[in-house]
Amino acid sequence: MKKYISRKIFMYLLTFFVAISINWLIPRMMPGDPILNLISKLSRQATNNARLYAELNQKFGMDKPLFSQYLLYLKNLTQGDLGQSIIFYPKTVAAIVSKALPYSLTLTIPAILLSFLVGNYLGALAARKKMLDNTVLPFWYVLTATPYLWLSMLLAWLLGSKLNLFPISGAYSFSRLPSATLSFVLDYLHHWVLPFASIFFVQLGGWAIGMRNLIIYELDADYSKYLRALGAPDKLVRRYAYRNARLPQITGLAVQLGVVVVGAITTEVVFGYPGIGLILAQAILGQDYFVVQGAFLMVVLCVLGANFFIDIAYIFIDPRVRHSMIGD
Amino acid sequence: MRLKDNDILHYALRNRKLRIGLAIIAFFMLVMLAGPLFARWEARERAGLYPSAPPNSTNWMGTTKMKEDIFSQFIFGTQSTFLIGFLAGCIGTTIGLSIGFFAGYVGGWFDELLMMLTNILLVIPSIALLIILAAYLPYRGVQIQSVIIGCTAWPWVARAVRSQTLSLKQRGFVSLARISGVSPLRIIFEDIAPNMLSYVVMVFILQFGGAILYAVALDFIGLGPTRGISLGLMMQEAFQNNALQVGYWWWFIPSGLSITLIVSGLFFLNTGLDEVFNPKLRDQ
Repeated sequence: MKKYISRKIFMYLLTFFVAISINWLIPRMMPGDPILNLISKLSRQATNNARLYAELNQKFGMDKPLFSQYLLYLKNLTQGDLGQSIIFYPKTVAAIVSKALPYSLTLTIPAILLSFLVGNYLGALAARKKMLDNTVLPFWYVLTATPYLWLSMLLAWLLGSKLNLFPISGAYSFSRLPSATLSFVLDYLHHWVLPFASIFFVQLGGWAIGMRNLIIYELDADYSKYLRALGAPDKLVRRYAYRNARLPQITGLAVQLGVVVVGAITTEVVFGYPGIGLILAQAILGQDYFVVQGAFLMVVLCVLGANFFIDIAYIFIDPRVRHSMIGD
Repeated sequence: MRLKDNDILHYALRNRKLRIGLAIIAFFMLVMLAGPLFARWEARERAGLYPSAPPNSTNWMGTTKMKEDIFSQFIFGTQSTFLIGFLAGCIGTTIGLSIGFFAGYVGGWFDELLMMLTNILLVIPSIALLIILAAYLPYRGVQIQSVIIGCTAWPWVARAVRSQTLSLKQRGFVSLARISGVSPLRIIFEDIAPNMLSYVVMVFILQFGGAILYAVALDFIGLGPTRGISLGLMMQEAFQNNALQVGYWWWFIPSGLSITLIVSGLFFLNTGLDEVFNPKLRDQ
């Protein structure tokens, strides 16, 4: 058990280290002076360019050799210093990103978990049932092929703008301030429904297709045939098939997390939802590279954390993993 | 039953998903190839008399706020979207195949090293990598976009191909070739690759579709081609110009719908092929 977990932790730390190194390396590999690029944007607002250039140069140690620049970057990172935002001046990147994170998490985590549960259930239901399968399967394929942002736009246009059922911008009404009152929570949920639905539905199709295919495989396996030969009811055989098919789906969940990020980012942009994705898009448009890099780190950290969580959960879900560990 | 001689072809022609997928892709190929004959304007040309006009007899899909012809944009956008999918799909498949093949075939520390790299890149979300790459590129064309998408999309291919290679490696004919002193490269290309051909085709199709979706997302958050047009860019421009609030549906419905259709078509094609090559999945 310890060996398994410590090996996993080592891999994740290594991955995170690679990610932060990429984050440092890419801006320096690209053509042009990164500091100059940075202040070309600032120059429209700031007055003293030369002073700013010197200041930033010193802060990033651009005059020092590459390796010490790298060490400086790591040192700043361990102190939670992600740099200074330009478009949201004078806020720090760390402050902006940590304020946006809760919005992204409360939007994506429920969407991922619910679509996983409902999708698996529907997929298992449809497998090897001709009528149901033929009618819903094409629909699921179209759902997984839909760009998140297009579904978001359709929902915003139809349900938001045409029918006026839901607000299409922000996480709560402009007139309100976040508070723990019932009316605020209702207002928040009202804004939450459409972005949630966009992520939920696109994901749903994929899970349902995956589960359907896995169940078909499992129903063909020897143990299922044997159970049926013994006269077990169809429902029981399916239940066993489902328990086996769940495992690859959970592995798939870990893989899919990286893809859901695409959905989360674009959906937030469409609905002006103040999470990491919206911050990222605004930073890209404003060429605020510190914020882009900070958001990158936050996204990577979240996905790594979720992957680690799934790895640990696997110990409890898959008896084979558990048993192999007792042998250690 | 003359077709029975050719089992694969028999099932391929009978498979409904495969036929639907092929039909959709063929339709968009036609749009892409024959479309320019009907597109009377350049993508960025001022075409209509009125801005934001709904579909009419001159501008078949209406105009944008900048008086551009949406039908023309749609034709050229479909072209570049296909190009991105194709190029990025080729790049991603090639990198993933090579790494997976060699890691699985050579084995040992070489395998461990490559798989460590693959596993690391697999967990880092590729959209995050794409954003950080694209954000620092001062000029982005369709080709550059394809290259960066292809270069970040290969890890799962490498992992899947590696495990396939590992299982093929154990087969008798490969061992025989090895004992007879055939070079590893020749074994990979002559004995292992042909056995994986169907798999490679399916991987390519999935990479094709995935690349299109990634490109659309990049376009939408402002990291699309700095010049030219694509279906994703059309949606971004529609969104930026408040098409949702004002109800210019003709600006974002055709582009979004065709991306959805193209990618669904590719997925149908992929599943159809899977069923043809994989008897267990066929309808019973």
